Amino acid sequence: MRFVFQFLLAIGLLPAVQAQTVAPDELVKSVTDEVIEIIKKDPDIQAGNPRKAAQLIQEKVLPHFNFTRMTALAMGPNWRKATPEQRQMLVEEFKTLLVRTYSTALTNYRNQTIEYKPLRMKPEDTEVTVNALVRQPGAESVTIDYRMAKAEDGWKVYDVVVGGVSLVTTYRETFNTEVRNAGIEGLIKSLSEKNRQLAGNA
Amino acid sequence: MNKLLDRSQSCLIASALAIALLGGCATTGAADPRDPIEPVNRAVFEFNDTVDRAVLKPVARGYKAVLPEPVRTGISNFFSNLRDPWIGLNQLLQGKVEEGVTDFMRFVVNTTFGLAGIFDVASEGGMEKHDEDFGQTLGVWGLDTGPYLVLPFLGPSSVRDGVGRAADSVAYLPWQGPRLMDAGDEIALRNSLTATDVVQTRAGLLDATNVLEEAALDRYAFVRDAYFQRRRNQVYDGRPPAEPYEDIDYEEAPPAAPAKPDAGKAPPAAPAPAQPSGTSQDAR
Repeated sequence: MRFVFQFLLAIGLLPAVQAQTVAPDELVKSVTDEVIEIIKKDPDIQAGNPRKAAQLIQEKVLPHFNFTRMTALAMGPNWRKATPEQRQMLVEEFKTLLVRTYSTALTNYRNQTIEYKPLRMKPEDTEVTVNALVRQPGAESVTIDYRMAKAEDGWKVYDVVVGGVSLVTTYRETFNTEVRNAGIEGLIKSLSEKNRQLAGNA
Repeated sequence: MNKLLDRSQSCLIASALAIALLGGCATTGAADPRDPIEPVNRAVFEFNDTVDRAVLKPVARGYKAVLPEPVRTGISNFFSNLRDPWIGLNQLLQGKVEEGVTDFMRFVVNTTFGLAGIFDVASEGGMEKHDEDFGQTLGVWGLDTGPYLVLPFLGPSSVRDGVGRAADSVAYLPWQGPRLMDAGDEIALRNSLTATDVVQTRAGLLDATNVLEEAALDRYAFVRDAYFQRRRNQVYDGRPPAEPYEDIDYEEAPPAAPAKPDAGKAPPAAPAPAQPSGTSQDAR
């Protein structure tokens, strides 16, 4: 009886253990490949249906992001001034905005090929950057760097740097200005207004 | 003499007034130190945006709708090829001989085997396309960007990159080429080539600007911040020295609650001393 219990426990733990052992570059590669495969087979997404792309992101991509850290980085020192409720709302609104933006970007996907540079990483590292290169015919290739940190349930992305432009850093200035002008409540309001407006366009 | 002085003085006053007026309607709190003339820049940004919405974007959409993708790629390749010699020269000015030679070879190969550059056979042969301009060269030589500058029609720039663009325009072949060739209708050819280049470039950016419209809370600030990051990355050819941003301990307890000890994770930048709990979030 005890053996059975232990066995069940071990099976239950298995996915968690596996998630932890997937190397960050392998994780990025497998998720990207999977998403690209789905887009290639889905004419709706290619035709620019952001709702369907958003669903794909929710399922496949979101679990590998640490949105709390992302939001905190974009907020900078203002994060420390936010109450738990405000933090939760900021994370939710920022996540909605990024998913929407990313969905639009995905519907633009054409025949780019993605290469991954070999990852230099020590086993004890808890923070790494996975470097990818998007090649497109007739144009200079674009670098995409995924900044990732190790968590209990696997590696999580907390910033994406496209062609040297960091998502987090680019939002930081705007967030800062909003907070300076209208406070944290003001920033939450602008974000939710923006999201409502985008949802209305869909 | 006196009259001249008067005139320049009144000009100065008029422009100061204009800046003050523009500033009055566009001020958004403390300014970004890299953008001392933000009100003027914002006005030019709005102007460019209006022109873009009214003329350029619709034309670019039409261009994209009418021409099939292979044709558009051919046109894009043609103009891209005309830029390669200047890119190569900038590589040499930056001391990158191997890359520079590659760019010149790209031009020769694509102009001949690629039928005047319509086919990018050099890329297929492993000669990689680069992206250089004189602004980047000045950056490699150690010049700082200087203040942010939004140029009418041309868009985001800086003092350094504005100078760079002036040099780039001297070497812009769709404009200069017809003159040098001494063709019959050189002005008409020059104008139509340049117009086509502007439209095809804008068409290539339609997707990116759609994403921008959705992503940004304040498009002006978003474009500006992205511009500085992008240029820095270009000057360092994609390998800029790490610029650590202040890491925020996102698990740290919010104000008025006891701080949680950091679980073995040392952020690169130590958190600033805790804010007094009485600080209002709207404190300026």
